[in-house]
Amino acid sequence: MSQAAALIQFSGITKTYGRGQAAFQALKGIDLTVQAGDFVAVMGPSGSGKSTAMNILGCLDTPSGGSYLFEGVRVETLSRNDRALLRRHYLGFVFQGFNLLARTTALENVELPLIYRGEPRAARHAAARAALAQVGLAGWEHHTPAELSGGQQQRVAIARAIVTRPHVLLADEPTGNLDTRTSEEIMDLIVSLNRDQGITVLMVTHEPDMAAFARRVVRFVDGRVESDASNGEAG
Amino acid sequence: MLWNTLLLALRSIRRNLMRSFLTVLGIVIGVAAVITMVTLGKGATRSVTEQIASMGSNLVIVMPGQRFGPGAVPGAPFKNADAEAVRSQIAGARLVAPIVTQGATAVYQANNWSTVVTGSSDDYFEVGNWEIAAGRGFTEAEERAGKAVCVIGETVREKLFGRLHNPVGSEIRIRQFACEVIGLLKAKGQSSMGADQDDIVVMPLRTVQRRMSGSQDVSRLSISVKDSASIDAVKVQLAELLRERRKLDENEDDDFRVMDTRQIAETLTATTRILTMLLGAVAAVSLLVGGIGIMNIMLVSVTERTREIGIRLAIGALEREVLLQFLIEAVVLSSLGGLVGIALATAASIGLSSLMSLPYLFDPGINLLSFLFSAAIGVVFGYFPARRAAGLNPIDALRHE
Repeated sequence: MSQAAALIQFSGITKTYGRGQAAFQALKGIDLTVQAGDFVAVMGPSGSGKSTAMNILGCLDTPSGGSYLFEGVRVETLSRNDRALLRRHYLGFVFQGFNLLARTTALENVELPLIYRGEPRAARHAAARAALAQVGLAGWEHHTPAELSGGQQQRVAIARAIVTRPHVLLADEPTGNLDTRTSEEIMDLIVSLNRDQGITVLMVTHEPDMAAFARRVVRFVDGRVESDASNGEAG
Repeated sequence: MLWNTLLLALRSIRRNLMRSFLTVLGIVIGVAAVITMVTLGKGATRSVTEQIASMGSNLVIVMPGQRFGPGAVPGAPFKNADAEAVRSQIAGARLVAPIVTQGATAVYQANNWSTVVTGSSDDYFEVGNWEIAAGRGFTEAEERAGKAVCVIGETVREKLFGRLHNPVGSEIRIRQFACEVIGLLKAKGQSSMGADQDDIVVMPLRTVQRRMSGSQDVSRLSISVKDSASIDAVKVQLAELLRERRKLDENEDDDFRVMDTRQIAETLTATTRILTMLLGAVAAVSLLVGGIGIMNIMLVSVTERTREIGIRLAIGALEREVLLQFLIEAVVLSSLGGLVGIALATAASIGLSSLMSLPYLFDPGINLLSFLFSAAIGVVFGYFPARRAAGLNPIDALRHE
């Protein structure tokens, strides 16, 4: 591993759902370090805990035990509000189901994180338009999700994730609902964000074709990290 | 933060127009119904109170007979001598107006009008709280001689003479005799029972008895009491005097009734109060139904809104920002509904009041109360489901099914 402080450092992270006899341990002690600028694909069968780990990484969920350092900050000691602020300023999310606001135009969806950041209107609009242009949706600003194809909706979601210039982009099965051709377009977009803007990408996927775009592949099995290897061709 | 949150709240309202509209509609209907009903009820009560005031204060009315309807005890009419006896023997009675009424048709030139002729003394006007708008009342000589003179009400004037003509000095025909109009009464309007009080012709008692009824009968006595404190004493004295004059045994019931305006007022206001409460209850049900409608809309949209809250939290909204947004949405919609409801109620109340010729009384209390109640419904059902959702882990809110 590198000498510099890691961007993300998981040490012995556990997550248990339920309690007593019904308790189910989804994560059984995860150690994982991610350096700034990396592109990590997280793979594994259903129920292996990869999404749970991703949600904890993204501060959408809290671990039951272990330690999580994000840029040197101990995340498990942060308050609910501070975790929200961490998401607001450092993280961007892309979900399998897009999770755009319904009946809301692409522009308004993309500018939403900037509203929470308190950016003035003009700056907000300029940034949102730039982000939409970057994902190839210039001219689609005033369309609502219902008027966009799945691939376009996912592009809007990516624009929303990157409009705040996050340090980390967390993508949970970003191509899970898309056909192969659209999936590859989305992956090209994510790769370029990682390569050209230096955004660290963590992506959960169960498709080897998609994992092939990453530099590094981490495999989860049964709540543990089974393997962690560089991807030869992407390196 | 407040400004941005307000922006988000207004966007959300605009985006979900149907949901917003239905929420507002529920509140509008509830608020408008309650305010309109209560306002009309208050107008009716006020109208009754005004009518009673127009009857004259400290008034005692004595009528022959007991009770109405089945089991009624008929009583012989009073005579002129009874009125005289009351006048001379009851110290607390300030004015005594014996009254006899006869239906008759009044004719002036080509116009005729079927009305009620009242025979009484000049005291009748003061006892009954009548003001003479033009001309004069009866002189003692006219009363003693039973002269053919009359004082007419506004309705009779309008029907016989038209609205603008001054009738004083003209002659009208009642049955077979001509009668000089010497005075015009100031209009009183409808009574609480809906009868037109101004449809009246007043003549001296003796004139009616001689020329129309042909007897010495008096159908009732209106008595004005000197001060309100002595009303009860006067009523007792009246009953004793009349029992004696009508030669009733000790074990016989009264064959006459003694009523005062307070009693009449109590009966009438009790009735209108019950009606007002009934209307208010019906309206309250509609407010409740409106509230349940809002609750339904809110609960149905909880799934979508929970996911929305998850999205907002995931992209970095603070819990309190999300809650503030939902609170603003709820307050804006409820207030809008409340205000539209109040406006609608005001229009409906003014319209219906004039249609039913009731006075329109703006009641700030019920307006405020309905407004606050509707706002509370909106806030409770708009805000509390949101509060639960915003307290979830973002991932749980996102995955909400």
